[in-house]
Amino acid sequence: MIKSLVTGATLALGMATAAFADGHEKTKVGFVYVGPIGDGGWTYEHDKGRLAVEEAFGDAVETVYVESVPEGPDAERVMTQMALEGADLIFTTSFGYMDQTINVASKFPDVKFEHATGYKTADNVSVYSARFYEGRAVQGHIAGQMTESNIVGYIASFPIPEVIRGINSAYLHAKEVNPDIEFKIVWAYTWFDPAKEAEAANVLIEQGADIILQHTDSTAPQAAAQAAGNVVTFGQASDMAEFGPFPRVSSIIDDWAPYYIARTQAVMDGTWETSNTWDGIGPGMVKIGEITDAVPAEVKASAEAMIEALRTGEYHAFTGPINKQDGSAWLAEGEVADDGTLAGMNFYVEGLTGEIPQ
Amino acid sequence: MDLSSINPILLLASLMVAATPIMLAAIGELVVERAGVLNLGVEGMMITGAVCGFVVAVNTGSPWMGFVGAAIGGAILASLFGFLTQYLLSNQVATGLALTLFGLGLSSLIGQGYIGIKAPSFPDWHIPLLGDIPVIGPIVFQHDPMVYVGLLIVLGVWAFLKFSRAGLILRAVGENHDAAHALGYKVRLVRMGAIMFGGACAGLGGAYLSLVRVPQWTEGMTAGAGWIALAIVVFASWKPGRLLLGAYLFGGVTVLQLNLQAAGMAIPVEYLSMSPYLATILVLVIMSAGRAPGSLGRIFHASR
Repeated sequence: MIKSLVTGATLALGMATAAFADGHEKTKVGFVYVGPIGDGGWTYEHDKGRLAVEEAFGDAVETVYVESVPEGPDAERVMTQMALEGADLIFTTSFGYMDQTINVASKFPDVKFEHATGYKTADNVSVYSARFYEGRAVQGHIAGQMTESNIVGYIASFPIPEVIRGINSAYLHAKEVNPDIEFKIVWAYTWFDPAKEAEAANVLIEQGADIILQHTDSTAPQAAAQAAGNVVTFGQASDMAEFGPFPRVSSIIDDWAPYYIARTQAVMDGTWETSNTWDGIGPGMVKIGEITDAVPAEVKASAEAMIEALRTGEYHAFTGPINKQDGSAWLAEGEVADDGTLAGMNFYVEGLTGEIPQ
Repeated sequence: MDLSSINPILLLASLMVAATPIMLAAIGELVVERAGVLNLGVEGMMITGAVCGFVVAVNTGSPWMGFVGAAIGGAILASLFGFLTQYLLSNQVATGLALTLFGLGLSSLIGQGYIGIKAPSFPDWHIPLLGDIPVIGPIVFQHDPMVYVGLLIVLGVWAFLKFSRAGLILRAVGENHDAAHALGYKVRLVRMGAIMFGGACAGLGGAYLSLVRVPQWTEGMTAGAGWIALAIVVFASWKPGRLLLGAYLFGGVTVLQLNLQAAGMAIPVEYLSMSPYLATILVLVIMSAGRAPGSLGRIFHASR
């Protein structure tokens, strides 16, 4: 009896190994999410990318995901579990998974890892991000012209380069069309906490902001603006169209599907290599959601012209002359920012008040 | 920094709103503790109330029904605690802690499928005449109805404990359950009633977050509010008046620190974030001269 069990197990193991060697097994793709897939923002878009992968490859792939994984040590446990369960490719979709991704990747050299918005790579770790700041430029352009109080409220998440870039880009382009513009910034220290985000939005509105920009993932600030009645918002990471045509007048949409499909294909073909992808409006990784009719026609037209210029590469969102907050020169007239400086941006541009928390 | 951008009227008005969930949960726990029971499961009952209220409100389209559902949900969870501690004589501290963990898990289970949905709107009341008084009107008389329901509950509890015969019995049970039992009062019955009232209030507080404050359902959205409510009861030395003060102080400093941050105050954000806790504890400790109910947390058995 025992002998036959052992034989059976050995046989099963042998078959599994055989299937593996044949290369007929499904490619398994794992996703680690920082929020719930129903957040309506950041994680929701990543999950749309996952579904696109399933649709593109059908039975040839199997996808798994774990949602609401806290940034920090616990993420390592989740990634390790995924790798042990046979994932061939794992996407870790938040900045705070950076070191954990590198750690786990070193233990599983045969598994490919892709870390979103980070900057550390390894033989089996690629990084990818989108140039959200191009979308922020468009938001600033619209916001600067639509505000009546000249106060823009900004709900920031963590003081990391990606968030600071967004603040700088939005500010520069609002300032360009409205020299009197003022930014009020609240650091929420969370990517997703609807109660906190709503509280921050309300405070900013009470302090006179009639535009709310958010770098957090829930729709709570949109709801707060809607309740206030005369406050303009922009969808973050996802279209958030359910709050249009007002207060949500436009949005930045992350479109991860083409990238996820391409990388999954590369793993299947065995052509996967470490890469550092940073795409913007041009390749379609960043999309600008429909600008609604609540925006005056001429503002809409100039915003669309800006989107086109960003798309073709004719215009760069950080084009000099730009000074840093302390007044020292950063970019000379006509000079554009290099990716290295942008990737590690840790300073405000001239005109912004307050300090970046350390 | 530009402090003039902080509007004191709006600041005081949002203070009342920010304090309401903690106040509701705390006043329920106050009654429970005055009856001699220590229920550490406030956080679990709050979040269960938040999800029950949200689910009922979305399905019926009525926020009022949502609040009723939240109170019932909180009370059911509390009665579980009551059954375990009063009839099976389990340890109150351990059972309360377990109740919090259970409530957090149960709420995410119930809330599956309700993430990202909008709650039916719950408009503010603009009380005629009173709401038109300059300064005081916008601060006190232009809120959503639950702010006033919360205040009425605090007032009711104060009057109940101070003036009614039933309130006297409840206090007697809390001070010395053996003596109360000897006098023929039904200790377990009184305590079960108090525990369920506490659960219902915590549920209302949770639903205030998911239906009015945010308004959305998210896992873990109470984010520790239940623990603050527990602390406020102790620091308010089990008196409803001081509890009101403590809740408003906490709500006030919470809103103030966000305002200071938005105004560009040159204080590190981390210090501003801890300020509500520090301020509340400090003030209530300085004032505190109260004494805990005599039988608080002790197990009652008629044969002993």
